[in-house]
Amino acid sequence: MFAEYNLVMAQAVGKRVLPGFGLSLGYTLVYLSLIVLIPLSAVFINAASMPWNEFWQVVSSPQVVSSYRVSFLTSLLAALINSFFGLLIAWSLVRYNFFGKRLVDALIDLPFALPTAVAGITLSALYAKNGWIGSLFAPLGIKIAFTPLGILIALTFIGLPFVVRTIQPVLQELSLEFEEAAATLGATRWQAFSRVVLPALLPAMLTGFALAFARAVGEYGSVIFIAGNVPMVSEITPLLIITHLEQFDVAGATAIATVMLVVSFSLLLIINGLQHWASSRKRYLTGEDVA
Amino acid sequence: MSFKPARRRALVVALAIGLSSLAGLVSAAELKLKNVSYDPTRELYAEFNPAFSKYWQEKTGNTVTIDQSHGGSGKQARALLDGLDGDVATLALGYDIDVLAEKGDLLPKNWQTLLPDNSTPYTSTIVFLVRKGNPKAIKDWPDLGRDGVEVVTPNPKTSGGARWNYLAAWGYALKQPGGNEETAKAFVKKIFDNVRVLDTGARGSTTTFTQREVGDVLITWENEAYLVLNELGKDDYEIVTPSLSILAEPPVAVVKKYADQHGTAELAKAYLEYLYSPVGQDIVGKHFFRPRNAEALKKYQAQFGKVKLFTLKEVFGDWAKAQQTHFSDGGTFDQIKIVQGLKLN
Repeated sequence: MFAEYNLVMAQAVGKRVLPGFGLSLGYTLVYLSLIVLIPLSAVFINAASMPWNEFWQVVSSPQVVSSYRVSFLTSLLAALINSFFGLLIAWSLVRYNFFGKRLVDALIDLPFALPTAVAGITLSALYAKNGWIGSLFAPLGIKIAFTPLGILIALTFIGLPFVVRTIQPVLQELSLEFEEAAATLGATRWQAFSRVVLPALLPAMLTGFALAFARAVGEYGSVIFIAGNVPMVSEITPLLIITHLEQFDVAGATAIATVMLVVSFSLLLIINGLQHWASSRKRYLTGEDVA
Repeated sequence: MSFKPARRRALVVALAIGLSSLAGLVSAAELKLKNVSYDPTRELYAEFNPAFSKYWQEKTGNTVTIDQSHGGSGKQARALLDGLDGDVATLALGYDIDVLAEKGDLLPKNWQTLLPDNSTPYTSTIVFLVRKGNPKAIKDWPDLGRDGVEVVTPNPKTSGGARWNYLAAWGYALKQPGGNEETAKAFVKKIFDNVRVLDTGARGSTTTFTQREVGDVLITWENEAYLVLNELGKDDYEIVTPSLSILAEPPVAVVKKYADQHGTAELAKAYLEYLYSPVGQDIVGKHFFRPRNAEALKKYQAQFGKVKLFTLKEVFGDWAKAQQTHFSDGGTFDQIKIVQGLKLN
C-alpha cells in the first residue's frame, strides 16, 4: 500500500511523465467554479438575505418537514432497491453471454435519455387504477399512482442506470481467477461471493448508491405526475420549492433549497468516506499490495 | 481569400437572395404581438388571433402575427417578471397581473381601470364535471364534502383556477344561513379531505380525472368543463352546475413596459379592445366563456347552466386580501391541509 502511495506522491511532486499540472488544475478550478460553485453560492447568498428566525420558520414548518421525510425516505428506498437489482443486472451483463445482451445493455441507459416528464406521464398512466399495471393491483386494494408508492417507483426508474453503470466496469476488471482461487481454497459459492467478490464491488456499489440517491432527492419532473402531491402525505421537497417560487417567494424557495443542499452534501460526504474505507479494505482483502 | 470564380459567383447569388428576402420582410410591415396567457384559453385565442389579424389588415393594411404562450397562470406571471416580453397578458386572475405591476413595474398599478368591465372581456364560473349518469348523485357544493366522494382539483398554491375553486366553495358556505368564517373553513376542509390528487395546474387535473379515471368529481372552469365534454365525449361525462358559484373574471392588460419597447402599445390596446367587439364577443361565447356584451350573452345563454353568481369583490374584497388570508404560507389552505395531514400520519 505504501509503495503505491509513494509512487503516486513521487509523480505528483517531482518528475511527471506529462507536463501541465498547473494549467490543468487551473482549468479544473475555473470550470468547477463556473459550473458548480457560482450557482450554488447564489443559492446560499439568496437564502442569507432572510433573517434567521424567518429562515427557520420556513424550513421547519410541518409541511416542509414532512416533505423531507417523503423525499429522503423514498430516495433512500429507491437507491437501496436499485443497488440490489443493479448489482444483479450488472452481474448478468458482465458474467454471462446471452442472446440480445447488447439490446439489454442499451436499455439500461433509457431512463437517462428519456425526458423526465415523459417518464412521469408514462409511469402514471401505467400505474393508475385503469392502467396496465395499476389495474392488476386495484382489485387487491393497492393504490400505486398518486401515493408515496408511486414516488418510489418513479425514483427507482430514474436511478437504475447509475448503479448498473458504476458496477459494470469494476466487475469487468475483477478477473474470474479470484473466484477460482477462492474455490480451490475450499470456499463455498456463497463464501466466494460474499468474502471475495462483494468486498471488491462494495466501493462501486456505494458510488452507484450515492449517485442514484442524490439524483432521486433532486428529481422533480417524473415524480410530479405520479405523486398525488397532497401536502403532508405525498409532497416532495422540490415541489415545495416550486410552490414557493409560484408565490413569488424566492427567499423561501432558496431557504428550503439550502437545507436540501446541506443534507445531500453531508450524505454524499459520508458515503464518500465509507467508500474510501471500503476501497482500502478491498485492497487489503484482494491483496493488491501483498502481491 | 481565393475563391474559385464559380464558387464566388455562387456566393454572390446566395448573398443577393439573402439580402432581397430581408428587404422583403421590411417593406411588408409585418407586425408581431406576443400574448402571454393561461392554460384553458388555448382554443379561444387560436380562433381569436386570426380574426384580429384579418380585422387589422383590413383596417391598416399591415399584417400581424400573434405569438401565443400558455401555461399555469402563476407560472406565466413569473415568466413575464423574469423577462418573457409579452405585449399583452391575459391571465386567470387579477392577482397575477397585480404582481406584474407591483413587483416588476411592468404596467401601471391602475391597470384594471384601463379597459371596460374591470378589464375582463369575458367571464366564467366554477362548475363540476362528473362521470356519466352522475353515480354519486352530486348536485351542489355540500355533496363534495360527503364521505366516499373523491374530489379532483389543482393546488390553489400553484394554480389560478384552483384559487377560484377554493373561493367559490368558501363563498357558498359563507352565504348559507348562519354562515361565517368558521363554518366556511370547516366546509372547505370537508371538501379538501376528499381530495387525493392535487395537480399543479388546471389541465393536469383534467388529465388526472379523464385519462387516469381518478375521482368522482372534478372542480373546474366552466369553459374547461365544456371543452372536455366536446373533446372527450358527451358519453363519458356530465356537467353539474351548482346553485351558487363565483363569477370568475380572468383579466387582460397591455404589458406597458414590453409593448413600449417593441413600439406596439397601440396595436396591443387595439388587440384587447377587439375582444370586446361583437366579433370578439361571439368567439368568446363559442368557446364557452361568458361574454360581457348583452347581445352575445343572450345568444349563448342557453348553453350555460343556471347559477347564481357572486363576485370576488363582494365576498373577499380584493385579490391581495384573498391571497393573504387563504393562500399565503400559514393561510387557511395551509391550515386545512396540514391539520388533515397530521391526522393521516
